[in-house]
Amino acid sequence: MIRLQDATLAYGDRTVWRGLDLHVAEGEFLVVLGPNGSGKSSLLKVLLGLRRLTSGTVTVNGRPPRRGSDLIGYVPQHTGVVPRTPLRARDLVRLGIDGHRWGPRPPRPETRRRVEAVLRDVGAAQFADVPLEQLSGGELQRVRVAQALATDPRILLCDEPLLSLDAEHQRIVAELADRRRREHGTAVVFVTHVTGSPADDPVLPLADRVLDLGEAKVAAA
Amino acid sequence: MSWHEVWGQIFNFEDYGALLGLVRNSLIAGAVLGLVGGLAGTFVVMRDLAFAVHGIAELSFAGAAAALLLGTGVAGGSIAGALLAAALIGVLGARARDHGSFIGVLMPFGLGLGVLFLSLYKGRSANKFGLLTGQIVAIDTPRLSWLLGTSAVVLVCLAVMWRPLTFASLDPDVAAARGVPVRALSPIFMLVLGLAVAVSVQIVGALLVLALLCTPAAAAVRVTASPVLVPVLSAAFATVSVVGGILLSLGSSIPISPYVTTISFLLYGVCRAAGAVRARRGWTSRPASPDRRAVPA
Repeated sequence: MIRLQDATLAYGDRTVWRGLDLHVAEGEFLVVLGPNGSGKSSLLKVLLGLRRLTSGTVTVNGRPPRRGSDLIGYVPQHTGVVPRTPLRARDLVRLGIDGHRWGPRPPRPETRRRVEAVLRDVGAAQFADVPLEQLSGGELQRVRVAQALATDPRILLCDEPLLSLDAEHQRIVAELADRRRREHGTAVVFVTHVTGSPADDPVLPLADRVLDLGEAKVAAA
Repeated sequence: MSWHEVWGQIFNFEDYGALLGLVRNSLIAGAVLGLVGGLAGTFVVMRDLAFAVHGIAELSFAGAAAALLLGTGVAGGSIAGALLAAALIGVLGARARDHGSFIGVLMPFGLGLGVLFLSLYKGRSANKFGLLTGQIVAIDTPRLSWLLGTSAVVLVCLAVMWRPLTFASLDPDVAAARGVPVRALSPIFMLVLGLAVAVSVQIVGALLVLALLCTPAAAAVRVTASPVLVPVLSAAFATVSVVGGILLSLGSSIPISPYVTTISFLLYGVCRAAGAVRARRGWTSRPASPDRRAVPA
């Protein structure tokens, strides 16, 4: 699904990573670790087509990355919403389907059905109509996973989505990503921070492989 | 002056029918302005831009004052000033954290320039005062066409970018990942907002634009979180405020702005109270503490 060959990324004269070779197969769960500034998020930006490699090649599903592709779902870090944001959980999910389109248009019936389906999938159906501001951090991240899955992507990119969640919700969100790849063969690239002991970490046990950008090598988990 | 006399100055409905005919243009302008202010205000609340609106209004005031001094159209002057301010804020204060202090720098400068131009102006003083606190009788037909034209541009732009702008306001990273041109959208919206401010300045005055561009939307989000109902309610509140303000102020010698701001503030108060009741009863019915619930297998 994802292939990087001899990939180098630099900002000005600071090289973030160099000579990165990476292949992520269908249904594979890759965990990406590394200290701040090691280019974890930049790697996701390259895969999203938001940033170009300085040298080397990258392909996603056999083609160069393209902005806004339906093939990729993206789950961001947990950030709260601006107070009184006039959106509910189901509206957030809908934005994942047609939020990039210009012009006014009511949601199509199939869009509505899809929103219901993914909300049910992540166990968020019971708070579909709750304003975003009133959701707990864990609930909001679950809804963001639903948003990322709304286009039925073949690749799921997670950019430290567990940050500032309690242990219970870290486990729930990580398991949602894991279930997706087991049931749909979606490749998962999961950027995370390991804080406690590796055995207690909610993500590491799910990984097929771990990419440590601090050391820039791929190791089998 | 007795209370009775004061009251008579604030509310005076003698010869109401005849007066009504004179302000036909103003009523049309007011209704359109309510629509523009209420809809643009939705994003002012979502993107936390109330302070930016105020900053743009002061430079729009300076532009209008300069136009008054030079004898060119006030409408053109207020639009030029507003667009300049919006462009400066959009480019120089691109990141939200820089916004506040940059607007704080811009605002007194604009106000100072405006005061300078007004001091140099030797014409009717009602014109001067009107730029700050609003005037409604002065809407002649060419000016109404300007106003309607500018409003139409704002409304079309808002309709086209509504969804991507909502997405980018909520989660810029996710919107960018989905292909929304987040970085271009922010200054473009700022320019559209500049136009909305410029038309509002011409009616309610520079000091009071927030009563149209912030209060109605802030009231709407108190009672609902529906992305359809909020703009509808916000536009309705703003329209009621302006048109109601014009109708109440007709016979009096007082500018329309206190009427507009009071109606809009009262609507906000009612919505806030209603929102508090709704929050206490539970905003929506949902099972208690769904947090405890595990993901269904």
